[in-house]
Amino acid sequence: MDSLQSYLVIAAILFSMGIYGVITRKNAVAILMGIELILNSANINFIAFNRFGGLNTLDGHVFAIFVIVLAAAEAAVALAIIINLFKNIDSVDVSDADILKG
Amino acid sequence: MGENFFLMIAAVVVASAFWVVFSPNLIHSAVSLLFTLFSTAGLYIFLYADFIAATQIVIYVGGILVLIIFGVMLTSRIDTPSVASSSANQFIGGLGASAIFIMQIGIIFNTNWKTDTSQVRESTVNAIGKLLLNEYLLPFEIVSILLLAALMGAALLSRKP
Repeated sequence: MDSLQSYLVIAAILFSMGIYGVITRKNAVAILMGIELILNSANINFIAFNRFGGLNTLDGHVFAIFVIVLAAAEAAVALAIIINLFKNIDSVDVSDADILKG
Repeated sequence: MGENFFLMIAAVVVASAFWVVFSPNLIHSAVSLLFTLFSTAGLYIFLYADFIAATQIVIYVGGILVLIIFGVMLTSRIDTPSVASSSANQFIGGLGASAIFIMQIGIIFNTNWKTDTSQVRESTVNAIGKLLLNEYLLPFEIVSILLLAALMGAALLSRKP
């Protein structure tokens, strides 16, 4: 528990899971969940490097706060877009949203 | 004791993240994401990040997760199979994700990390507050404006025309 590598491995697993979810899911809300996993893994890395990097300041924590704020903004806007998509094409399947396709 | 507890939390993080991605039912995915976010807060506590752990629980679990569950409920009819999320591109996705994972694992174990855990910390709230209002004042204000604009934009997008 007191080694940098264990946290980095957990973050790597979370990141790969998020990437897999973003690529394979067809439901827009499920893609959003994958993005949340990716942002969480980045946060774990920030905090772990701040703890084990021998820094005397807490810059990693401040970065993590900014990431959390951006995740909140992103979730709000993404859900507004998804609800509009549902109103317009009656589906949240991203492969149905192909109106702009030539 | 602490070691076992850490391993338990790590196992919960990995298992629930697995179920977020692979569960066929979206509601199950959302509830599984709750466990992932909660146990990530536990990891932050192991890293002496008490303020970030509290923020994680208040904002992620209390805010973002509720928004996501709202999104699931508003866009799917629970009693029909449409709430089940089908998947596509499993082969490409699995290949890409495992390639990224193997690359990351290789980097993590082949790098000679210079770790230093000598500094002892108590509460981090004081230091974070000082950093936010001195060194990071401009980014803090910019991100506040961004959050305000994003929330107003979301309200504008989702109201009735």
